[in-house]
Amino acid sequence: MSLRSPLGRVLGQGAAHSGVRHWWQQRLTALALVPLAAWFVVSLLALPSLGYATLSAWVSQGSTALLLILLMVVSAWHSQLGVRVVVEDYVHARGARTLTLVVTGFAHVLVVAAGAFAVLKLALGRPS
Amino acid sequence: MPTRPLSPHLSVYRMSRYTLATSIGNRVTGVALSVGLLLLVYWLIALAGGPPSYAHAMRVLASPPVKLIYAALILCFCYHLVAGLRHLVWDTGHGLERAQAQRSAWVVSAVSVLLALLILYRVFAGGVHAP
Repeated sequence: MSLRSPLGRVLGQGAAHSGVRHWWQQRLTALALVPLAAWFVVSLLALPSLGYATLSAWVSQGSTALLLILLMVVSAWHSQLGVRVVVEDYVHARGARTLTLVVTGFAHVLVVAAGAFAVLKLALGRPS
Repeated sequence: MPTRPLSPHLSVYRMSRYTLATSIGNRVTGVALSVGLLLLVYWLIALAGGPPSYAHAMRVLASPPVKLIYAALILCFCYHLVAGLRHLVWDTGHGLERAQAQRSAWVVSAVSVLLALLILYRVFAGGVHAP
């Protein structure tokens, strides 16, 4: 006998009550990261050097700053979704699992905020 | 803890299978890249801090242990990218037959290692660390 209500079964929602949203977000962020990551690697390798002047001039360009922020936001989002599944799979004790999920969630937000702030500081800062 | 069996069923997997290695490899490299995101942000913060802080960060990044770390991260990046594309193909319902999955496991491994070697060559022999 199933304990699930007929409505719950029809809506296709499991015990997490969130259906396939997590799955879709993981795929769509993955899809978005393919061109973003390719752009990042190719652009970096194409720079004449990684010296301060070259790199800060590159990051200060509007298009670079925008794409870098997108790269970090989407990477961290994708990372958060993945880390969440890993924690849910391997950390079984309830308290430890909740704590790990909260800490990793906060860490992801902090990392993105710090990275975006650094890029914006370069892109919007007064040229010296 | 629930008493019903919960995935992943680690005790029933045949751990010697390379298709299993390509699957767990995607997860391991993904977690490594999550940590690697810290390195990228550290680098950008150092850059935003001005020439002295950037010079310091570049000295840190050029030290052998850190070089080893980001060389490993480049390999993780390439693997996770290529293996992730394989997953996206699977999500469309294609390539799920056993023979196809075994073949694509080899393709993913070979392509990601080649891609990583190409990037590593450009990074280390292309003069990024040259004075």
